[in-house]
Amino acid sequence: MSAFAHPALSVRGLCKSFGALRVAQSIDLELAHGARVGLIGPNGAGKTTLVNLLTGVLPADAGTISLEGEVIDKLKPEGRVRRGLARTHQINTLLVEESVRDNVAIAIAERERVAWSMLRYAKAWRACLEEADERLREMGIMDVADRRVSALPYGQQRLLEIAIALALKPRVLLLDEPAAGVPAAEAHHIHEVLERLPAEIAILIIEHDMDVVFRFARHIVVMVQGRVLKRGAPAEIAADPQVRAVYLGRSTV
Amino acid sequence: MNPAWHALPWLLAIAFYFTAGGYLSLGTSILVYILLTLSLDLALGYAGIITLGHAAFFGFGAYGAALFAIHVNADPLLGLVVATAVTAVFAVVTGMLILHTQGVTLLMLTLAIAVLLAEAANRAYKVTGGDDGLQFTMGPVLGLFRFDLWGQTAYLYTLVILFVWFVIAWKVVHSPFGRSLDGIRQSQARMRAIGTPVWWRLIAIYAISAAMAGSAGALSAQTTRFVGLNTLGLLVSGIAVVMLVLGGTRRLYGAFLGAAVYVVVQDFAAKVNPFYWMFVIGGLLMATVLFLEGGLMEVLDIGRRWLRRLLRGSDPT
Amino acid sequence: MATATVILLDGLAYGMVLFIISVGLTVTMGLMRVVNLAHGGFAMAGGYLAAMMIRAGVPFFAAAALATLAAGILGGIAEMTVFRPLYRKGELAQVLMTFGLTFVFIAALTWLFGTDVKILPIPSYLAGPVDLGFRTYPTYRLFLIVVGLLLFLLVWFVIEGSLYGARLRAAVDNPRMARAVGIDVNRLFTITFVIGCALAGFGGVIGAEMLQLDPFYALRYLVLFLVVVAVGGLGSFKGSFVAAITLGVVETAGKFLFTDIAAFLLFALVFVLLLWRPNGLLPPKSVA
Repeated sequence: MSAFAHPALSVRGLCKSFGALRVAQSIDLELAHGARVGLIGPNGAGKTTLVNLLTGVLPADAGTISLEGEVIDKLKPEGRVRRGLARTHQINTLLVEESVRDNVAIAIAERERVAWSMLRYAKAWRACLEEADERLREMGIMDVADRRVSALPYGQQRLLEIAIALALKPRVLLLDEPAAGVPAAEAHHIHEVLERLPAEIAILIIEHDMDVVFRFARHIVVMVQGRVLKRGAPAEIAADPQVRAVYLGRSTV
Repeated sequence: MNPAWHALPWLLAIAFYFTAGGYLSLGTSILVYILLTLSLDLALGYAGIITLGHAAFFGFGAYGAALFAIHVNADPLLGLVVATAVTAVFAVVTGMLILHTQGVTLLMLTLAIAVLLAEAANRAYKVTGGDDGLQFTMGPVLGLFRFDLWGQTAYLYTLVILFVWFVIAWKVVHSPFGRSLDGIRQSQARMRAIGTPVWWRLIAIYAISAAMAGSAGALSAQTTRFVGLNTLGLLVSGIAVVMLVLGGTRRLYGAFLGAAVYVVVQDFAAKVNPFYWMFVIGGLLMATVLFLEGGLMEVLDIGRRWLRRLLRGSDPT
Repeated sequence: MATATVILLDGLAYGMVLFIISVGLTVTMGLMRVVNLAHGGFAMAGGYLAAMMIRAGVPFFAAAALATLAAGILGGIAEMTVFRPLYRKGELAQVLMTFGLTFVFIAALTWLFGTDVKILPIPSYLAGPVDLGFRTYPTYRLFLIVVGLLLFLLVWFVIEGSLYGARLRAAVDNPRMARAVGIDVNRLFTITFVIGCALAGFGGVIGAEMLQLDPFYALRYLVLFLVVVAVGGLGSFKGSFVAAITLGVVETAGKFLFTDIAAFLLFALVFVLLLWRPNGLLPPKSVA
């Protein structure tokens, strides 16, 4: 249990600028095992940028990121994923020509390290397909497993995006607006899925719907202009006058 | 697909051997082109590596086989293996340099490599024979079958090597590795997000593809006992792409159809007027892109469905 | 010293021709993300038409103007018929389609005019040498440099100074945003494509002295035009100017000093430049 001596994800002094624009100013963040952290802030606060810095899609100017005590600053995005840091994208990046099942199976093949095997098809790949079906059943989209992603309704594409991230068996999961662009009726289904996510995964969620965040998260971080403005329990945040002023003024929470 | 269909192209190739007569050497060059096009299908069709530089590998293999036969050993199989291996190594080195780029930049870099290699071969005429090329003799295949005047050994030798490579290609594209290439073609961002080492994966398929193209070049040199600078030319790269798309990408058999149709059309059209074939090929290309994205394989699919319906319709049960 | 001056002048003249022909291509590839391998065909068409007209007795500049116009019209027709369906397709489809179009160009010109090299006569008042003080130099090449510079300034003026230019820059930098603010990107592109093809046609005419006119022109020099665009940065007209002049001078110097390995040196330079700056020397903001 030595891994539990460290937080699942720990960020210290993360900085990033585009020219004069400072999109991340010395950000500290900690996710305990099984944490449920909500990241909120107005548009342009640097939320998605933070996710991109954590996953390594953008190189950070300064700061340290560690995953269960292991410093992962120098790792490429794919290396961070293999160590258990998965994400979903705000805009779908699915393999549109593949079936729903294959989208998940391809991810499982990477996780199981069988994606390098060139000359054996049958056994390894079949196991991936079977596990993919299991994931799809959990998400409640098994009935569309054979459909091409390009022919899938948007709400189900969002669920598939989450299914793929889960298939990687991450220790830390970053959800970038998992219900963005989804009609209210279908969004409800996505929120249900979020409630049922495995308890041991540490989760950071970016979400605009305040009802969802305040119900889901046990800890909330508020970002404004690349800085952390406030952090605390949902009740504290909702009551904080400063937060209300910059961000929640129009909310009913 | 019904397994019986897999036998069809190979049966046709064997039937051609017995009926070709004076056209057998044309058949051998079709087989060589099929192998080259097949190699391109792996890199361009499946992995989406946009390249106009496959002539570099074709020529590398061709000169490799020729130089090996002249200076080391005239055994064809040994020469083929060596030429294939050095081409793969060359592809790993160049692939590591260029495969982090995409789109037009990648296109230009692959082109630049082919031009650089062609210029180098042209300058190093003491080794390569320059414009005159290299003429050489080959030993018998397996120490038994001499390359005869009618090109019978050449045809069968090429066919066997093509078959071996086809089986490898089939296995590769249907393996988990091949599925990850499909993913990389569609979205590199997605594949990085699931932990795929995209760059290494691309280098791997680039090397396999290049090895295949190198084999094609080596076979071309060995079966004609000649290699010239044209093996490195831009036209070879272009023709391979044309054949692939004409036949249909990501089908493997598309290479067969594309190469065969291209060579036959060129042969006939060129007899009418040397420039006529450019018109035909150009028009064919444009029509394929606009109206038939699946290439000729799609026509074949439609025909097969039609045939099946016809057979079922006439079936009393 | 004298040699160096001649290399520089020859290189400049050559670079100017490359720039005039390539500037349309860089906007095509930068703005609409279309890989256009047929661009050389428009330059070739311009050159051929002018050669035919001059042979029929039309004065040089009138022929050049008419050929420029014709290349532009041809570009407009091609844009509306062949290129429009391509915007939605992938790079491979674009490569093939325009490659096919180039083949058709070559076959058509051969059918119409035969395979021999077409000479495009230079007017007598530009044909002679001019005395530079330390040696004589062909007047025509100085003329090329002047015309190239004027065109560069004109293009610069239009792109930086006019409303059309502002729209074009916005569209290249961020096509989606440009559409969102109400710029008709498609119409903008058609206009730009026509102008680009007209410029290519003009380049084909005045550059015929350096880029020899025969049916394979469209394929032979295509690589050069693409190199200018890729090295300069897709969609960057200043980048393509810098790239065209650099490559023009380097290739000319190579031919003078290392005749044997000139082409090798040129492409080695291109290779290194592209590895160093995969988005080109002066990429537009969207890809920087």
